[in-house]
Amino acid sequence: MLSGDPLLSGHIDLAVVLIVLLKVVAVFAFLLVATMLMIWFERKVVSDFQNRVGPNTAGPFGILQTLADGIKFFFKEDLIPDRAERRVFILAPLLTVVPAFLLFTIVPFGGDFSNGHDGSVELFGHTTYLQLADPAIGILFALAMSSIAVYGVMLAGWSSGSKYPLLGSVRASAQMVSYEAALGLSVCAVVLTTGTLSTHGIVVAQAGSGWGGFIPHWNLIAAGFVPFVVFLLASQAELNRPPFDLVEAEQELVGSYHTEYSSIRFALFFVAEFMNSVTMAAIIVTLFLGGPAGPALLGPGWLWGIIWFLLKMVAFLFLFVWVRSTLPRVRYDQLMDLGWKVLIPLSLGWLLLLATFWVARDQHWNGFVTVALGAVVGLTGYGLLKGAIATSKARRLEGVVD
Amino acid sequence: METVVFIVSALIVLAGGLGVVSSRNPVHAALSLIATLFGIAVLFLNLGAQLLAVVQVIVYTGAIVVLILFVMMLLGVDREEDLDTEPLVGQRLLAGLIGLLFLGAVLAIIILGKDAIVTGSHSVTGAISPTISNISQIGTALFTTYVFPLEVTAGLLTIAVVGAVVLSRRPNDLAPIPEPESMIYMGDEPLTAIPEEGAH
Repeated sequence: MLSGDPLLSGHIDLAVVLIVLLKVVAVFAFLLVATMLMIWFERKVVSDFQNRVGPNTAGPFGILQTLADGIKFFFKEDLIPDRAERRVFILAPLLTVVPAFLLFTIVPFGGDFSNGHDGSVELFGHTTYLQLADPAIGILFALAMSSIAVYGVMLAGWSSGSKYPLLGSVRASAQMVSYEAALGLSVCAVVLTTGTLSTHGIVVAQAGSGWGGFIPHWNLIAAGFVPFVVFLLASQAELNRPPFDLVEAEQELVGSYHTEYSSIRFALFFVAEFMNSVTMAAIIVTLFLGGPAGPALLGPGWLWGIIWFLLKMVAFLFLFVWVRSTLPRVRYDQLMDLGWKVLIPLSLGWLLLLATFWVARDQHWNGFVTVALGAVVGLTGYGLLKGAIATSKARRLEGVVD
Repeated sequence: METVVFIVSALIVLAGGLGVVSSRNPVHAALSLIATLFGIAVLFLNLGAQLLAVVQVIVYTGAIVVLILFVMMLLGVDREEDLDTEPLVGQRLLAGLIGLLFLGAVLAIIILGKDAIVTGSHSVTGAISPTISNISQIGTALFTTYVFPLEVTAGLLTIAVVGAVVLSRRPNDLAPIPEPESMIYMGDEPLTAIPEEGAH
């Protein structure tokens, strides 16, 4: 059984197939339109931050600017450099776009979670979830897709047969592999808290009226703030967005991995990058902010699912753009230090703490002693790590080791 | 349906495997390896082993082959290779013979074993119990029955990491690695001008 969706558990007839097809088309269209709007939104908001006008000619508020750019890209000459590795050069943009599309399939983008409903919706007489697929492995699929997304960038840089793209792709592979670990460990914390890998299950666990009737039961609070912060930082590095955009640092690497690309192939990289931003915001919302779960104020509950989901997602997209237009780019050693010496130890330690608390709750240990012991062990670990880093730095300064 | 998926992914696996050994360019060989690993992931899915499929993609495709490619790009060993010379004389002939031997062994087992090779269980990788999910069964087995191998593996990996750190710390009383020759003798010429053979 590939799916937890009630639609696929019964007899599969033509209507079920048509509903699945409809959902595929709807998600595809939503993702394309959202990406288009995201590109416009980012350009508009960044120009507001920088006190200039930004796109304002095509359509109202320049909202059709992306469409105009896309059409223009189609009619540009498609160049393949002489020294490029032809087949890989053509394959690379596709390898970036396909995982970006697939990533969204597991995101619950709507559903009726109000008043204790489980998020299922009646669609043409069939009960179904408003998400394309709900596999048992759920969120692991997202990790798998984001781990293969690096291939497009890497192979594009290598196959261009040019220096700067190659440097960019070497940076990209090191950065994305490093931050995947922190990303995965913070996802582990969420899975530990909710007890399920399925994205739908994660949302259901966060639905309901919450603590005291008004504080939502979000993983943001339930898993402690640490996994959320780690995931947010690591996701920005995984997306190669500023301030972690070392991969395409224009001042150092021209355009990095897409320097040699033109026409629609370049546009594919561009679209994939923004599509990944949209999807990553959706995944953060699903993991930490309850996805489409929320109260239905008036009208049907399924509509409010979509509204809550969109509101939360746009808030995160705004945060992404805000960070991008505010912070300067970090240095490469700072990037690696943050990943390996801060985020990974922090999320690993937090995961152990969370696990300890769950065991303590199961075994009815003394709560106070557990917290105190956890704090002592955590602080000791932090001290040891600090000591090790300080020693290695001192030895390097003394010149004992290289 | 299962058979169709099996045939398609088995073909991808085999084509990828052939690509790994027959590509002149190491990067193309690594790409073929990715195809093979993906095909195996699909085969796992076909058997109902979702966790294995995803772990296959995350660990092998997403991390190990990325690192292989990373090292090849960093060290610049991504040039075309001459496949006509054999590093070990007669290795191709031997490889072919051993391959045939294995094929013969498998065929012999199937032909001689007749019905005895069909165990009757649905699949080896699939769920043992249909009611509990596959993932929690694997988790329970790993942390109860197989907890000792798991811990030993963790220890082994830690030793490997510590070993790598020790090996990479070079005492600096050794002579520094000299600059590459081409950069010393190039003078003020732009770096893009590649010196001809024997020019310096």
